[in-house]
Amino acid sequence: MINFDYTRADGVTSAVRDRASELTAKFIAGGTNLIDLMKENVERPTRLIDINRLPLATITETEGGGLRLGALMTNADTAYDKQVSKRYPLLSQAILAGASAQLRNMATDGGNLMQRTRCYYFYDVATPCNKREPGSGCSAINGFNRIHAILGTEAGTPDRSIHCIATHPSDMCVALAALEAVVRVTGPDGDRTIPFAEFHRLPGNTPHIDNTLKDDELITAIDLPANGFSKNYAYLKLRDRTSYAFALVSVAAALEMEDGRITDARIALGG
Amino acid sequence: MTLTDESPPMVNQAPSVPATQTVTLTVNGTAVELQLAPWTSLLDALREYMQLTGTKKGCDHGQCGACTVLVNGKRINSCLTLAIMQEGNSITTIEGLAQPEGLLPIQQAFIDHDAFQCGYCTPGQICSAVGLMNEGHAKTTDDIRELMSGNICRCGAYTNIVDAIQAVMHPQPDKL
Ligand SMILES: Cc1cc2nc3c(=O)[nH]c(=O)nc-3n(C[C@H](O)[C@H](O)[C@H](O)COP(=O)(O)OP(=O)(O)OC[C@H]3O[C@@H](n4cnc5c(N)ncnc54)[C@H](O)[C@@H]3O)c2cc1C
Ligand code: SF4
Ligand code: FES
Ligand code: FES
Repeated sequence: MINFDYTRADGVTSAVRDRASELTAKFIAGGTNLIDLMKENVERPTRLIDINRLPLATITETEGGGLRLGALMTNADTAYDKQVSKRYPLLSQAILAGASAQLRNMATDGGNLMQRTRCYYFYDVATPCNKREPGSGCSAINGFNRIHAILGTEAGTPDRSIHCIATHPSDMCVALAALEAVVRVTGPDGDRTIPFAEFHRLPGNTPHIDNTLKDDELITAIDLPANGFSKNYAYLKLRDRTSYAFALVSVAAALEMEDGRITDARIALGG
Repeated sequence: MTLTDESPPMVNQAPSVPATQTVTLTVNGTAVELQLAPWTSLLDALREYMQLTGTKKGCDHGQCGACTVLVNGKRINSCLTLAIMQEGNSITTIEGLAQPEGLLPIQQAFIDHDAFQCGYCTPGQICSAVGLMNEGHAKTTDDIRELMSGNICRCGAYTNIVDAIQAVMHPQPDKL
């Protein structure tokens, strides 16, 4: 790990200001992904801005009848929350399919969206990787790529990237995509919202950019729309062992039924 | 040598020695002041600076659970958090579990059920089991297995670990 400075943010505005004035700094929440990557020298922030004391660990009702998950809610507290598990059981199920009890107690909802790929080469600074080191090449395309993307990698597929075949490893995000959640962010230019499907990017020619959050923006919350598809839903995760492993393939599916007919259907794929 | 605008910048390019700062940790009920570099993990602070070597380092990457401790009653992996981030929290390690009257029931149950061989994973298993019981989400044997999956046992004492936890939880037999 390289040396870095540490600041404890005491307000959302000052956290964003600190980040905007030092773009090589990073926010730290649960630390479960960032510290891991710093130990491998993949992430090399000059400063960590600890956001854990910000008042973003709440779940509140939205005006539209949905729920707002504060960015600092832990994955465990979100999954076991009475409202979430009753109204959005698909989300609870997806979160509980990920990581371990210890990690879910640490990991935050904001950090879960921002976690980076588990591609082995991305983690190994001795190998070429366009996501880590733009222009260095992709070791996975002709290497070990069992955990990598299946869809969108064939020649001729629209939006295919010849530079990176990594996936986003989150389980929670697959459910959030199916539920059509909205990410709330704040930055020096004020607040804005990002529809979930527009949050994570395809690799294209710039695989080092994972998402559409700007460097100086902070995720404050994730909004769940009123309809939680709590009657007909399933999260299926296939992996090498039945617990504590990342998905090889995962599916979040949800149906809205009326008089035996499907009136709305959602399917999101992950892993 | 005089410095002019043309002089190469006098930036120290060599890896700098991390400056330490005072970090106050509350471990097993006692507040301790330590001088730590910001990069010191909670695990390293416990083992290297407080001589609390009961907490083990297996993988240092969140993949094995040997480093499990309780923070405000909840189990976490101490290898993936920085000591400085834990100021103000109440940390409990395996050394802090036993009471003056004796071992906790779960500790005794690990002995009675032969729930270890080499013992390297055991402090993490026991802290994790305490966390599991505090959380209260395990209702069945399968729940115990699933919610203990963050603790790897290289010796494969899993079945006896589940037996030990089950014996302390006194779950209703019909659910098991
Ligand atoms: C062994 C292991 C197994 C795992 N298995 C799974 C699994 O099966 N499924 C799964 O889904 N996940 C899994 N995870 C990943 C885990 O879910 C993520 O590491 C976690 O969700 C990240 O959250 P965090 O709060 O710890 O983020 P941190 O590590 O603190 O931060 C991660 C990134 O997010 C940024 N960030 C954090 N909060 C904000 C914010 N509010 N605004 C802007 N940026 C922010 C940070 O700057 C950093 O770049 C696993 C992790 C480990 C170590
Ligand atoms: S798949 Fe992406 S992350 Fe993995 S080596 Fe290739 S460029 Fe890097
Ligand atoms: S040492 Fe922390 S999980 Fe392995
Ligand atoms: S008893 Fe040896 S690793 Fe578990």
